[in-house]
Amino acid sequence: MIEVKHLTKQYGDKLAVNDISFTVEDGEILGLLGPNGAGKSTTMNMLTGYISSTSGQALINGIDILEDPIKAKAQIGYLPELPPLYLDMTVMGYLNFVYDLKKCKLPRRSHLKDVCNLCRISDVSGRVIKHLSKGYRQRVGLAQALINNPPILILDEPTVGLDPKQIIEIRTLVKKLGKKHTVILSSHILSEVQEVCDRVVIINHGQIAANDTIDNLSKAVSGVNRLVVRISGPKNEVLQAIRAIDDVTKVRADMEREPKIFEFEIEAKPDADIRPALNQMVKEHGWDIYKMDLGVMTLEDAFLKITMGEGVKLSSEKSSAPAAEKSAAPAAETTAPEEPAAAPAEAEKAETPAEDAAQKQEGGEA
Amino acid sequence: MGAIYRREVGAFFTSSIAYVFLAVFYLAAGYFFFGSSLAMATTDMSNLFSSLFFVITILIPVLTMRLFSEEKKQKTEQGLLTAPVSIGGIVMGKYLAALTLYTIGLAIIFVYALILSFFGAVAWGIVISNILALFLLGAAFIAVTLFISSLTENQVVAAVLGMIVLLALALIDVVARYAENVPVVPTVLNALSFYTRYYDFTAGLFDPAGVLFYVSTAVIFNFFTVRVFEKRRWS
Repeated sequence: MIEVKHLTKQYGDKLAVNDISFTVEDGEILGLLGPNGAGKSTTMNMLTGYISSTSGQALINGIDILEDPIKAKAQIGYLPELPPLYLDMTVMGYLNFVYDLKKCKLPRRSHLKDVCNLCRISDVSGRVIKHLSKGYRQRVGLAQALINNPPILILDEPTVGLDPKQIIEIRTLVKKLGKKHTVILSSHILSEVQEVCDRVVIINHGQIAANDTIDNLSKAVSGVNRLVVRISGPKNEVLQAIRAIDDVTKVRADMEREPKIFEFEIEAKPDADIRPALNQMVKEHGWDIYKMDLGVMTLEDAFLKITMGEGVKLSSEKSSAPAAEKSAAPAAETTAPEEPAAAPAEAEKAETPAEDAAQKQEGGEA
Repeated sequence: MGAIYRREVGAFFTSSIAYVFLAVFYLAAGYFFFGSSLAMATTDMSNLFSSLFFVITILIPVLTMRLFSEEKKQKTEQGLLTAPVSIGGIVMGKYLAALTLYTIGLAIIFVYALILSFFGAVAWGIVISNILALFLLGAAFIAVTLFISSLTENQVVAAVLGMIVLLALALIDVVARYAENVPVVPTVLNALSFYTRYYDFTAGLFDPAGVLFYVSTAVIFNFFTVRVFEKRRWS
């Protein structure tokens, strides 16, 4: 079990990590997520006793890392951002060194063999580390962390630099290890965290922006039903018609994805299913639906929402449209039901230039 | 500590530093041995020992330059500092590894003395005290240059800086001689002189104060090295 209490690290007047607290239970895999420079590695370095904290406390199975560092460090297997490998040693020579360094009491031969098999480096065990590829080096780094079976594993971006097959292998391995060990894993790859971890702590600007299970996090951030639909029909009219449907809170018209077919992003109130109403509406107008997707809020959306909304946390009202779509073509955004009178008028004003162009085009073709 | 010691001794040989160090040391020692003892047909080895003083000021920084600077550069120190070992253990492991290699170098002098003993009577007392002096001097110098290695992440910088510092330490009494008219300064400098104490040994004087001087220098600089790591961790 790892308890982090009000951990702070200050470099000069820069706060790298600011008052972070969280707990990792035994047998739990915690994902530490955050953009580059958010303080993930600094936090991990403090947990493993590589650097000290300016204030606060980190307890490793109840042992304070600063008060009894040797005893606490013996509980941890650490894979830093850059695996601490001696390039001029052979893999086996290096692992033997780590075995001695950690004062491991397990039977040497069989333990090292197990670790090698687990990390799939048995076939390179006799080779000099500097001749190994990045992927193998990463796995030797992981093997190093596993020696002496530490109850706690702290892995700093374990899959960085690996090819897709190796990434899957390492993820499977971490999942397997998570059954017996307490694992903290940092990453900026969201799908990885989503797949491997039980719980996520999102760090942004040295502070905890969110700390929850992945399901809760996605729910908390979305809180609405989202639909992505493609409808053939004049953009403006479709927009109006969708807006008129009950329970719709937000409609966004996107670019013309196929000839004369526009894409719309619809947000509805939670627990409201607007799909039948939408079908009905489209039929009435004589249009057609060409695609309908449930826009499930992914961790990626949650992450962007949390880290992009400067200082605004879970209550952020900003749209979580992915960056790529933001740059795409004239998009119109309106909020309908709260102020039924004012909203449509405003929206029309805002939409005019782009939409006029679209209508002219359509008119010409008709 | 044991693991680090064994790794470092091994690394000396895989990185060829051991061969360079031993080859140059044997070459220099052989040259001075031939020139001052064999060619002069004498069993007096004091010239050899006073020459070796300057040889090791050049060679010891080569021996220690890599020990900490390379760890920092390759980020392998992160592995050491997060392993369940004390910083003191890490420093001692590296220090003893360098000292071991240095001792292997010194052993050749004992062989030279054995060779001389076939040709005439060797004053073993003096020879042993000389070897002891050279060992102590090396022990102090290794601690100093190891400390310098912990300050930088470039081994060349560590080596050059180490040579400059060791030469400065060796030349303290030259400075003292030039400053003899200044009050206090010569006294202080002479008290810090590495060479005067060493010279006493080569003259056959066994001076416990000298032993204490070298040993405490080694202890102090190893302590400084430990502090460097502690400080980096806490800053």
